[in-house]
Amino acid sequence: MEITALYYLLPALFMFCAGVYGFITRKNMIAMLISLELMLNGVDMNFVIFNRFLFPGSMEGMYFTLFAIGIAAAETAVAIAIIVNLFRSKGNVDVTGLNEMKF
Amino acid sequence: MDATLPIIILALPLFMFLLLGLAGVKMSHKAAAWLGILGMGTTATLSYITAFTYFFSQNPEFVSATGERLQHVVFNLTWLAFTPDLVISLGFLLDPISALMLVVITTISFMVHLYSLGYMEGERGFQRYYAFLSLFSFSMLGLVVATNIFQMYIFWELVGASSYLLIGFFYTKHSAVSASKKAFIVTRFADLGFLIGILVLSYYSQTFDFIRLTTDSSWVLASTGGATFMGASVLTWALVLIFMGGMGKSAMLPLHIWLPDAMEGPTPVSALIHAATMVVAGVFLVARMFPVYILEGSATTIIVVVGALTAFYAAMVACTQIDIKRVLAFSTISQIAFMMVSLGVASSGNGEVCHHGLGYMASLFHMFTHAMFKALLFLGAGALIHAVHSNDYTAMGGLRKYMPITHWTFLIGCLAIAGIPPFSGFFSKDEILSAAYAWSPYVGIWMTVVAALTAFYMFRLYYLIFWWNNPDYGHHTPHDSPWCMNVPLVFLAAVSCVAGFIPFGHFVTWNRMPYDIHLDPVIAVSSVVIALLAIALATRMYARENSLPARFRAAMPRLWDWCYHRFYWDELYIFITHRIIFNGICRPIAWFDRHIIDGTMDSFATLANRASDEIKPLQSGQIQQYVWIYLMGALALGVITILCLI
Repeated sequence: MEITALYYLLPALFMFCAGVYGFITRKNMIAMLISLELMLNGVDMNFVIFNRFLFPGSMEGMYFTLFAIGIAAAETAVAIAIIVNLFRSKGNVDVTGLNEMKF
Repeated sequence: MDATLPIIILALPLFMFLLLGLAGVKMSHKAAAWLGILGMGTTATLSYITAFTYFFSQNPEFVSATGERLQHVVFNLTWLAFTPDLVISLGFLLDPISALMLVVITTISFMVHLYSLGYMEGERGFQRYYAFLSLFSFSMLGLVVATNIFQMYIFWELVGASSYLLIGFFYTKHSAVSASKKAFIVTRFADLGFLIGILVLSYYSQTFDFIRLTTDSSWVLASTGGATFMGASVLTWALVLIFMGGMGKSAMLPLHIWLPDAMEGPTPVSALIHAATMVVAGVFLVARMFPVYILEGSATTIIVVVGALTAFYAAMVACTQIDIKRVLAFSTISQIAFMMVSLGVASSGNGEVCHHGLGYMASLFHMFTHAMFKALLFLGAGALIHAVHSNDYTAMGGLRKYMPITHWTFLIGCLAIAGIPPFSGFFSKDEILSAAYAWSPYVGIWMTVVAALTAFYMFRLYYLIFWWNNPDYGHHTPHDSPWCMNVPLVFLAAVSCVAGFIPFGHFVTWNRMPYDIHLDPVIAVSSVVIALLAIALATRMYARENSLPARFRAAMPRLWDWCYHRFYWDELYIFITHRIIFNGICRPIAWFDRHIIDGTMDSFATLANRASDEIKPLQSGQIQQYVWIYLMGALALGVITILCLI
């Protein structure tokens, strides 16, 4: 049995959808952040997969994924800092309580 | 003539206004007043020099070889050049009447500046008062030296504005505020006519310039090409509308209602603005346009009729008023009406002057003498009010013993206005009566009756103030005023004694050719006899306290009521404005504005508000809801794209 791109893409799609679902349904901001990382990783996998199957001679997709992982780490650090500050001022990290900026 | 002096004459009062208006609050009362007096004194001196040079230097710029006095434009700057034809200039025109007015205005203004030092002492806003006086002097000087009718209109409005400011000087007093508004609105309404008149006249004549309009004016009539409007020629319309502006400023019937109320202002202001200078602006305007006015007999006839009616009306009302300033105000209206009649009768009605244009000279002569003695009377009244703290003669009486200077100067003023020789009013009034008799005996007789009434009400006033009885003056006995108030009284009284002997015909005539005045002995003697009879009647009725005035009043209650209530003109105005204009016109317009125009705009706003209320919940602040909507939107777009591709 030949391993085609589809076998790689399906788990990536599943990871992305799980991330979207988690982002929409979870009220805890940490859980939302995790879901966000899931989505990001699903997309990163896509980069690697398409690079591997469509342009096997080049490595741009691989490097781009490494960049994205690095940036995602930095971004997570910022997000965590925000969440920690929110926790300090409000006492919880429930996203539904953060609606002071509406209209 | 060098333009330096005229420019300083105009610029100095303006500079004083700016200086006192901007820096006045930082100055002491004394410093501000003396600055104002000094500025006005300098202006007066310069004006005397200018007028003296004009009248006596025999310079070919001012007098032609035949002896005619020329109209000399000292400078004329283009201010607004809209098109080659429509140019508005600002300039300085020196001719007999503007030189005369320069002298009158600066003299009275200087006297009033000096007088106010005592009269307004310690008032709040003292510096502001002097600033406004300077503004008024500037505007009035600009008005009389105007080279064109538009410049005159600009300064005309400035004069109205400064009059408004000065009437409402005591702005915490409700009556003063409403009086100032009334004066402004009434004169402004009249000025609408003036403006339309200017536009009509200049539309046909293609010029604003006075010299062009008044030199060989028959072309003005030709320029209208015989156009008519509602049965009258357009030139008549233009002249009558311009005269309407003069009616407003000079308080002619039926636009006189603001002048008696204007007495709410400080008394020196009444003397300066509402007796001597501003209110004669209407006379000055007609005099300035006189060569055009004689082209249209109907316009001058209207002037005569309006003037004659006003003169009689105001004299009747003056006989019954209690407030001494109101008496003087109605007397002013009556005397200005004399001048108007005099100008009207100078035209024979068929494009020629009547009786060598005597009326023109008489009118300006009377303007000159009237300015002096009426300012004197007002300043005297101010001294009386200052002494007894009331405007009503009921609080006065028997004052001759306590205030000798005021008494004698006031008596001279009364004799002058009554037309008793050798005081100045006799000469000028006599010329007016001669001109009136020459135009029509009826007008002459009518004006003689008014002159008799004048003598009667002035001496009624005089006796009620200085004789009659000795009431209780309250906490202190009245006494003469400080020197700065007495000096103007004595000066003006002296002028009123001698001004009649000025050979006025040598200076101001309608065609600027000098001629000798002759007194008509019949008219002179008869008018003096009638005036003396009127004075005798006043003496009989008012010299000592008696019941005669009350009996007169009881004998003619209806007439007395009408006179006392000024023939109910104010009530008529209230009725017209409140009932007819406010109810019939303003309210429907207000309704239309509020409901139709505002309503349309409001409904737009309401619609936008509603729409925003509807879509506002979309921005809930719930991040997950946004994501959900975004996701659905993205999916929907994806589906649509795919469907399109298939």
